[in-house]
Amino acid sequence: MHPAISVIVFTVTSGAGFGAIALIGAGYPLSDNPLLFFFTAFAAGALAVVGLLSSTFHLGHPERAWRALSQWRSSWLSREGVASIAALTLFGIFVLARLFTDLPTRELGWGVSVLSLATVFTTSMIYAQLRTVPHWHSWLTPVVYLAFSLSSGFLLVAAAGKASQFGDFPVALIAMLVLLAAWAIKVAWWQRAAGASLASRGMTTGSATGLGGIGEVRLFERPHTGGNYLTREMVHRIGRKHAAKLRLIALAVGAALPMLIAAATYWWGIANPVLALAFVSMLAGLFAERWLFFAEARHSVSLYYE
Amino acid sequence: MTLLPAPSQKKLGLVIDLDICVGCHACAVNCKEWNTGGYGAPLGDVDAYGVSPEGAWLNRIHTFEVLPKNAQAGNPAQIVHFPKSCLHCQDAPCVTVCPTGASYKRADDGIVLVDEEKCIGCGLCAWACPYGAREMDPVENVMKKCTLCIDRIYNDNLPEVDRVPACVRTCPAHARHFGDLGDPESEVSLMVAERGGFELMPEAGTRPVNKYLPPRPKTAPKAKQVARPENNETEALDATGFLGWLDRALEKLG
Repeated sequence: MHPAISVIVFTVTSGAGFGAIALIGAGYPLSDNPLLFFFTAFAAGALAVVGLLSSTFHLGHPERAWRALSQWRSSWLSREGVASIAALTLFGIFVLARLFTDLPTRELGWGVSVLSLATVFTTSMIYAQLRTVPHWHSWLTPVVYLAFSLSSGFLLVAAAGKASQFGDFPVALIAMLVLLAAWAIKVAWWQRAAGASLASRGMTTGSATGLGGIGEVRLFERPHTGGNYLTREMVHRIGRKHAAKLRLIALAVGAALPMLIAAATYWWGIANPVLALAFVSMLAGLFAERWLFFAEARHSVSLYYE
Repeated sequence: MTLLPAPSQKKLGLVIDLDICVGCHACAVNCKEWNTGGYGAPLGDVDAYGVSPEGAWLNRIHTFEVLPKNAQAGNPAQIVHFPKSCLHCQDAPCVTVCPTGASYKRADDGIVLVDEEKCIGCGLCAWACPYGAREMDPVENVMKKCTLCIDRIYNDNLPEVDRVPACVRTCPAHARHFGDLGDPESEVSLMVAERGGFELMPEAGTRPVNKYLPPRPKTAPKAKQVARPENNETEALDATGFLGWLDRALEKLG
């Protein structure tokens, strides 16, 4: 599949933003300083909004994007639109209530958390629902999206938050464990994807043409000498060329480096804000991971073109 | 509305005979011509007269080579021309994924259509289609797909003979047929029953309405039917002129 930059930016940054919002809503201890609290919440909200805006760049008609809110009964993309707007609206109210009133916000916060995670879940289901792309068509896909959303969001709120430890566990140590867990899930996803070829789902050139019963079928001539929308969008192969290298980059920059930073802060007792470096590093790694998520996925249309 | 309607009695669709399609692309050309002037925005092209022309087509003809299972016994590989357009699936995933309601399946006759005024061009329906039946228009940025020539088949202004999809009307080999596949007595349904018509990629779970008729089994030429000289070298002895001289000269050399 074609790795569109707008969609990669969208899924990574909005994932991190909604992950942070979910943790803030669940009551992650942030600064008592209202200005600092506001900036943390603003950063989380901005990541989510920037991601959502980025996603509209790949639309043919962004001015009609509002129409996407109408078909929530059948469409995961529509549900994502509805869930994201609901989550951000409720989060805005939550932040204002925390800043300017003494009203209890606990239940409201939980609502924000649930809606934020629901948004990430709907994003992942846009891909996981597609039977045409066996790489994505798995319950592991939403688990990976939620795990990366929460882990990258955790690094952000941990950097900005006031907590130095939860119970006996220092925040930096928790950050390391969270990173380890998220990437372990991703490795499991990669392992499953390695066996999820089109052929393993019974999709072959023989079944695509219905001629498999006669013998071995191969493409003799494409319908046209040039490219088309389908070959660019779904029969995209260039991205796979550097798959092994990109996977190493994803693991090094997205997992190893942030874990080292977290380990260093734990070891030398450095203040939380240094974890922001781990957050930035992880996002960079996630861009590589998300590129591969698209580039390595094979669509059944390729059976008619390869 | 992107929820699928209750299954309709009438299931309009195409039956394509792979046995007699000659791969002339006339159906694709007539499709492009009709649908550029008909339903919705014109079918756009970019760089149409340049180095790398590209455009939206609703029907494309692929060509496959099939190596038969008994190829070892001397049976030759077979070329099959393969026209492909929207199959108007009964469980159309392109419809349910649409976030705006632009993609829909008609409750009366099962035709899958795009309301171009509502399409935001997100492309998710094209991702959901296993067959590559949908293409984004490069000029209008809306999703394009086969309409089963909805503006022909119900068009009272056309002579009755023309009230079939443009691809069916134009096919010089009569390899394309249009009809109601929901009616087991219709001409197309009988054809499917008789010839063992099949669905494309049934494992995709889309239950296409369109059906394909398989190529008829090839009759292999009987082996050693043509009498051939046992030894070709004997022919050379009869050669005359320069070759005859050369032959004789080489013969003398031993």
